[in-house]
Amino acid sequence: MSSNWEVVIGLEIHNQLATKSKIFSGASTAYGADANTQACLIDLGYPGVLPVLNGEVVRMAAMFGLAVNATVARRSIFARKNYFYPDLPKGYQISQYELPIVENGELMILDEDGNEKRIGITRAHLEEDAGKSVHEGFGQSTGIDLNRAGTPLLEIVSEPDLRSAKQAISYLRKIHAIVRYLEISDGNMQEGSFRCDANVSVRPIGQEELGTRTELKNLNSFRFIEKAINFEIERQIEVLEDGGNVVQETRLYDSDKDETRPMRSKEEANDYRYFPDPDLLPVELDDEFIEAVRQSLPELPDAKLERFIEQYKLKPGDAEILTHSRAVADYFEAVAKETDAIPQVAANWVIGDLSAALNKESIDIAASRIEAAALAGLLNRIADNTISGKIAKQVFDAMWLGEGSADNIIEAKGLKQITDFSAIEGIVDAVIAANPGQLAEYRGGKDKLLGFFVGQVMQQTGGKANPGQVNEILKKKLSGD
Amino acid sequence: MAQATDALYARTLTELASGLKQGEFSSRDLTESLLQRIDEHQARLNTFITVTSDIALQRAAAADKARANGNEGPLNGLPIVHKDLFCTRGVLTTCGSHILGNFVSPYDATVVERINAAGAVMLGKTNMDEFAMGSSNETSYFGPVKNPWNEKLSPGGSSGGSAAAVAARIVPAGTGTDTGGSIRQPAALTGTVGLKPTYGRVSRFGMVAFASSLDQAGVITRSAEDAALLLGVMAGYDPRDSTSVDRPVPDYVAGLSKPVKGLKIGIVRQHFDEGLDAGCEERVKAALAALKEAGATLIEVDLPNIDLSVPAYYVVAPAECSSNMSRFDGVRFGHRADNPQDLLDLYCRTRGEGFGAEVKRRIMIGTYVLSAGYYDAYYLKAQKVRQLISQDFKKAFENVDVIAGPTAPTTAFAIGEKTDDPITMYLNDIYTIGANLAGLPGISVPCGFVDGLPVGLQLVGPHFAEEQILACAHQYQQLTDWHQQGPRDFS
Repeated sequence: MSSNWEVVIGLEIHNQLATKSKIFSGASTAYGADANTQACLIDLGYPGVLPVLNGEVVRMAAMFGLAVNATVARRSIFARKNYFYPDLPKGYQISQYELPIVENGELMILDEDGNEKRIGITRAHLEEDAGKSVHEGFGQSTGIDLNRAGTPLLEIVSEPDLRSAKQAISYLRKIHAIVRYLEISDGNMQEGSFRCDANVSVRPIGQEELGTRTELKNLNSFRFIEKAINFEIERQIEVLEDGGNVVQETRLYDSDKDETRPMRSKEEANDYRYFPDPDLLPVELDDEFIEAVRQSLPELPDAKLERFIEQYKLKPGDAEILTHSRAVADYFEAVAKETDAIPQVAANWVIGDLSAALNKESIDIAASRIEAAALAGLLNRIADNTISGKIAKQVFDAMWLGEGSADNIIEAKGLKQITDFSAIEGIVDAVIAANPGQLAEYRGGKDKLLGFFVGQVMQQTGGKANPGQVNEILKKKLSGD
Repeated sequence: MAQATDALYARTLTELASGLKQGEFSSRDLTESLLQRIDEHQARLNTFITVTSDIALQRAAAADKARANGNEGPLNGLPIVHKDLFCTRGVLTTCGSHILGNFVSPYDATVVERINAAGAVMLGKTNMDEFAMGSSNETSYFGPVKNPWNEKLSPGGSSGGSAAAVAARIVPAGTGTDTGGSIRQPAALTGTVGLKPTYGRVSRFGMVAFASSLDQAGVITRSAEDAALLLGVMAGYDPRDSTSVDRPVPDYVAGLSKPVKGLKIGIVRQHFDEGLDAGCEERVKAALAALKEAGATLIEVDLPNIDLSVPAYYVVAPAECSSNMSRFDGVRFGHRADNPQDLLDLYCRTRGEGFGAEVKRRIMIGTYVLSAGYYDAYYLKAQKVRQLISQDFKKAFENVDVIAGPTAPTTAFAIGEKTDDPITMYLNDIYTIGANLAGLPGISVPCGFVDGLPVGLQLVGPHFAEEQILACAHQYQQLTDWHQQGPRDFS
């Protein structure tokens, strides 16, 4: 049914900036402290207090702007967005309205057909986060935790250029990668550092005018965002095909039920009465500042991806996985630079065994138990045939447990590969002699039994025999040559 | 009479400072004597919301010790009172409002901090119009302040408590705040000196906001000399207030000796149009004549848009007020309605009970002018008018050093006379509001009496020309003794 409809999606990302202190006060932004212990008088909106802008957020916003090819405003203005809510201590949120710090950016994504598609970024503006309502443990009442109040946010607003949930996710992942590359956000979705609202509408294919949109809130993982958007698309199409109208409203996504439903109308404010905040001066940036920020930009994901494919001859899919995170990419490069193994082997290890080990213990690659140089050392031993790839996994596990360098472990455990032809030949002879039945079957045409003999030889040698040599000798002997 | 002038309460800050220095009396003697005087007149004039006797005596003892040790600050042991919207740590800070009736501030405003650091002794917190919204002190939740010149009359507002206390020789000096005339107008109506510095000269941190782009802290004293002394302590950059200006603070007291001779004084044609009381006009013109006599040149200047200042002000100030008042919601501090049924009930009853009529009126006006569909017609237009008025002043100051004229259109009016007519009340600030809209420094000095009631002369200077207007005011006070005349019952 959906083939008659075109989907239109625009995203608003609320991205917490990774500053140590809040946007307008000196209180800490660290996540997870006891309720209301990280809210100073300014965050609490006490009588007489005034906001003072944390200059770091300006630098971070400028970095983002330059990274998405946007205009960084020479002059931007903080405004007050007025509404009453208990988690908003001043009764207004300090945000940017008419003159945001970043405007007219863009991002390239790959659409479903693998074609490049430009997604416009309307604006990105600075604002303060609100506190949180706490519903558990207060009976009929609601508790308020203002630790989050005043945490800096960069709100990134896209043009309605996205045409499917998949495209939306692809855009989001790119933005997510960029803010983490720039080290302006930890991008942690569970902790709410990277949140997303989606504006979704559908229209008959070919129609110019946009359909009525709904705004989806409470989307805190890529998976839920995709599910929520898809649910909403189906729902809107169903409404329209039944002859109904989509109501412009804010809807919450319920991940337990996998559905969106309207927010109570009370939760929707209408007139925010924006006006320039008289407590803050306009933010004025000169060319020198913007140029300095530009110089400080790291290599960005797209450029790095291209370079990895070009320089290291990686499979594009692997290069993409490696460049998704700057820390992973840096780790890979460090390994690749230090090892004699070809870069693709290094990539395989980083994407395979290392990632699995890190994931198992939920360790960040920056805190990996095996440093890049150590992994390079292991790969060198594969490259020079000291050990086989299979033994290397065993050495890797030992390294992970902190038993020392690859060389130490190989030495201590006697894992050095047996490459002495006559030694292997002797073991092969013994194995064949011990298994006459299998030998007869093999010679009767059951080629698969080669694996059995290889296994037996490996068992006898503790896996240390050079697999290539074992194969070669076995084949020869088994066929009776 | 001789005894009266000898009395400690009748002396200016400068006189008290020299008495302390010469060991004529101790800070403790001074503090005890003034606390007693506060006590004697509180019921009559209602100038204080809180008297901080214990803190004052402790600080006086500390000041005496500091003097003995030879490490005195510039205000060591001198008494001061603060308008009750300066946050004072551990002391009630009510802003004259029921909604902050129980609010004990956990911190000191920068102004308070600086004055404390200079060694001054805070005696208490003075009464004021609720959140500084009013021109008569009648909007205070704690009752109106009486004018010591005639207790049936208002002392003006909103810094009426400080003005009346200084006029009645209860204390020599008090802080105030001026958003549209709230220091200068009560100074005029009580025969005191009221100084509003340039916007950004004094930190607003810890000064509870009414209209943030207009509010400025200043002082009410009995002489320009005392105002200069205090401003020197209060002024200066504060990293906690982004709108405070990083600019050196001159020695204002040293600057007082600058003569009037050669000074170019601008006279605004519009200031002498209809609306100005004839008696007041006569006194102000006499003051201008005295300055001319002393060698100043009087030059007529034009402020073509000044008539728009009151309407522009009553859009901008309520707009900012409506937003600034939002934090008073009963959630974290201050008054909270009993047994709220739900969130909306908590908000509505807390604010309904906590705010008085004038504050509510301004919140409603401000909310209206910022609303979608009205913003351009009101708020934006008012900001444009504000720009025009600023430009008019700038142009005028190309030809003159200061602008002089009346501070208020009439002498003190009766308590209750204008409460039912907010527009007439608002027009009381017609001569003062321009300086707030343009961010300029202004001072009101006593320039005579009409029917036994004081009249104020206002001097307005270009940005950061406090030295200039203080010097002119001081030189005028060397020629006249209006500022030395106190209300009969309190001299």
